[in-house]
Amino acid sequence: MTMTSTETRSVVIERDFAHAPDKIWRALTQPHLIAEWLMKNDFVPTVDHRFTLTGDWGSVDCKVLEIEPQRALAYSWDAMGLESVVTWTLTPSATGTHVRMEQAGFRPDQQQAFAGAKFGWQKFLANLDEVVARID
Amino acid sequence: MPTPHDIIFSALADPTRRGIFERLCRGGEQTVGGLTAAAGVSQPAVSKHLGVLKKAGLVLDRHEGRQTHYTARRQALAPLLDWTSQMTEFWESRFDDLDDLLKRMDQ
Repeated sequence: MTMTSTETRSVVIERDFAHAPDKIWRALTQPHLIAEWLMKNDFVPTVDHRFTLTGDWGSVDCKVLEIEPQRALAYSWDAMGLESVVTWTLTPSATGTHVRMEQAGFRPDQQQAFAGAKFGWQKFLANLDEVVARID
Repeated sequence: MPTPHDIIFSALADPTRRGIFERLCRGGEQTVGGLTAAAGVSQPAVSKHLGVLKKAGLVLDRHEGRQTHYTARRQALAPLLDWTSQMTEFWESRFDDLDDLLKRMDQ
């Protein structure tokens, strides 16, 4: 039995926003608003709906997994050999809303697949110009 | 304040500099003279590019007599190739844009 075969890692970002949950919920679930901060998309707030996020570097295949209006939203996030799940949790606070985003399911072998020859060096360098343009 | 990622990205944003770095990655240790012959720009320009790459931690220099030999530090790119650190940076910047959008929605 190996521990590593089931071990996954997560990325968690938490932030307090001075805005009400319903407003943040709209930004997370309305396609034209999602496009403003994340990527172009054909999101529909329905469980099992498949949608695509499209960036200038490629696209992400997603499926809505969970919807609890103004509280929780989860969708799968598959891109470049990665299979992960993004979960948003909104909690009302005294000053607005606490927002937690967890992207879970990074397996060590997925990481290697990404860093390896297939999606590593050449493609990475070829995309650098675009990446830098986005940082500015 | 620029993050280490920003510094590496900026250093590699210039096509000539990226070419020099790629050549060092593929061909191993080389001198400024050797790199100049392949770069298509003057030796002072190549030296300047190497200085930027060195500052970003992407190359190491080794002095031997009058020659300076350069090698690529591929491991400097490891943080960029690590999914979790890359996605953390991605989401932080998305959160910034989300915050901007929320402010604009007020108006």
